[in-house]
Amino acid sequence: MQLRPIVTFTAQKLLRLGLLLLAVAIFTFVLLSLSPIDPVQAYIGADMMRISPEQQQLIAERWGLDQPMAVRFWDWLGQLLQGNWGTSMVFNQPVGEVIAKRFWVSVQMLAIAWLLSGVLGLGLGILSGALAGSWIDRVIRLYAYTLASSPTFWAALLLLIVFSVSLRVTPICCAAPPGVLAGDVTIWQHLHHLLLPAITLSIIGIANITLHTRQKLIDVLHSDYILFARAQGEPLWGLIRHHGFRNLILPALTLQFASLSELFGGSVLVEQVFAYPGLGEATVQAALRSDIPLLVGIVFFSALFVYTGNTIADLAYPIVDPRIRLGGSQS
Amino acid sequence: MTITVPFDPVSRSLRNNRRQQTLWGIALCTLFLLAVIFSTWVIGDGGLGPVLSQRNQPPSIAHPFGTDWLGRDMLSRSLHGMSLSLRIGLLAAGISALIGTGLGLAAGTLGGWVDAVITWIIDVFFSLPHLVLLILIAFAVGGGTRGVIIAVALTHWTSLARVIRAEVLQVNSADYVKISRRFGRLPLWIARHHMVPHIIPQLIVGLILLFPHAILHEAALSFIGIGLSPHIPAIGIILAESMRHLSTGYWWLGVMPGLLLLLSVKSFDWLGENMRALLDPKTSQG
Repeated sequence: MQLRPIVTFTAQKLLRLGLLLLAVAIFTFVLLSLSPIDPVQAYIGADMMRISPEQQQLIAERWGLDQPMAVRFWDWLGQLLQGNWGTSMVFNQPVGEVIAKRFWVSVQMLAIAWLLSGVLGLGLGILSGALAGSWIDRVIRLYAYTLASSPTFWAALLLLIVFSVSLRVTPICCAAPPGVLAGDVTIWQHLHHLLLPAITLSIIGIANITLHTRQKLIDVLHSDYILFARAQGEPLWGLIRHHGFRNLILPALTLQFASLSELFGGSVLVEQVFAYPGLGEATVQAALRSDIPLLVGIVFFSALFVYTGNTIADLAYPIVDPRIRLGGSQS
Repeated sequence: MTITVPFDPVSRSLRNNRRQQTLWGIALCTLFLLAVIFSTWVIGDGGLGPVLSQRNQPPSIAHPFGTDWLGRDMLSRSLHGMSLSLRIGLLAAGISALIGTGLGLAAGTLGGWVDAVITWIIDVFFSLPHLVLLILIAFAVGGGTRGVIIAVALTHWTSLARVIRAEVLQVNSADYVKISRRFGRLPLWIARHHMVPHIIPQLIVGLILLFPHAILHEAALSFIGIGLSPHIPAIGIILAESMRHLSTGYWWLGVMPGLLLLLSVKSFDWLGENMRALLDPKTSQG
């Protein structure tokens, strides 16, 4: 009895995901085939001069570059579906492996940043909404508005200057101390290295959720039921705990899961500044050194990442809000 | 029936009403941005030449932004870079606004499968992280200045298209439009007299609020190294160069140009917000 809605939900979500990935595939393929980059040249690189035109022709035929675009697309899509994502030219490994390895390095940083920005953003938003108009509210709002328009990589640079160069409390680069084997890195060294990138990402992510939570709390505090609760003598923090918080958490969750897209983009810039060898850094490498298979793999992976975030948000609603659960079972 | 208020010319001229404050805000932001854009023609290339006797000077009166490792004045470098970035951002955002308006109008007025396709394209764009999309497009068209402009122009139209589509749909179902149609007005007449007055303010505000995003993304792409070539001193490239000198303690190389970028982005934000306050009927009379 409980099973059917779950199966329908899963099937629906998987179908949508399939359509989305197909769209991304078409888009990426058309874009890259229209581009002026010659795949043979990108593959051979600097040795282009040493290879005769006949050999280039052979490589092009071997790759099926003489086929029409639709044929090539179906060939390519078939390979993708069989799990053949190609070999990364920069790392000389299968794309799937590179992405898995790099993502594992990034995911800890992303998770810390995501949690931190969610908790801090919600807290600051509630504080500033509850004390709307006070100087605390003004300071928080100024902070949020300034952050909203400051470039991510510049914020990362500033933190690097303050904490790594002037105060010398955090390392200046990388995910591990130089000269230490990957197996010998202790968990503290690891945390030490990912702390500053994670904090950078989180303080950038705070602005949006803070401003929305603040506005929502102000709306709630002006409602009739709050007026009634206040008339009964409920103190301000009791009002927020019992009436405000439940109304705040749903939009905050939506925003926070939707922010995974921003978070991913931010990690590309932040990893570049801190020379942190994660997936974002691999994205830049792939683009700078014309590693098309890796770039395409990352495009797919990021689409999957964003989609997963939105799906988790959909799953979280009925847990948080009983009204949605009720509505869902009725329809 | 009038109430006479004691007229005090001094306090009246000092304490402007909200409309005047908004106008002052608009004027100030516009002036600042124009000053940055046109600063390169005023100061010329004077500060760009290396002066090896004045290397790595911290900010002072002679060099408010300090000098770099070749003794070049950072203020003039930053202004050149910012001016270039602003012009590229304006061009890309302008193209983006055109695409957004066109597709938004098409989706809103034509409806049917046109609407479905455009909405679907917008959804696909939103399903990828913006920066990844930018990198992909900039890479695919071959990088360089052209790559940045195309990438920024092709990825910023989505939100504006959504706004305009919603606005058109809303006006289209309004009672006065239905009445107008019953009176036998031609679609073009309705578009001219009922649609355009609603869409123009949205378009202006949307366009101005596009600029900060466009400029930030242009700077980010240049910072990564996919954008402009390293010989052109765009603001992102200046910041990327400064990274190599941060560990030696030359903080001003990174802080000062970034501050200029932040101020420029912030000015566009203020400009957009003030314009919205002025044009939106809900706030324009307040």
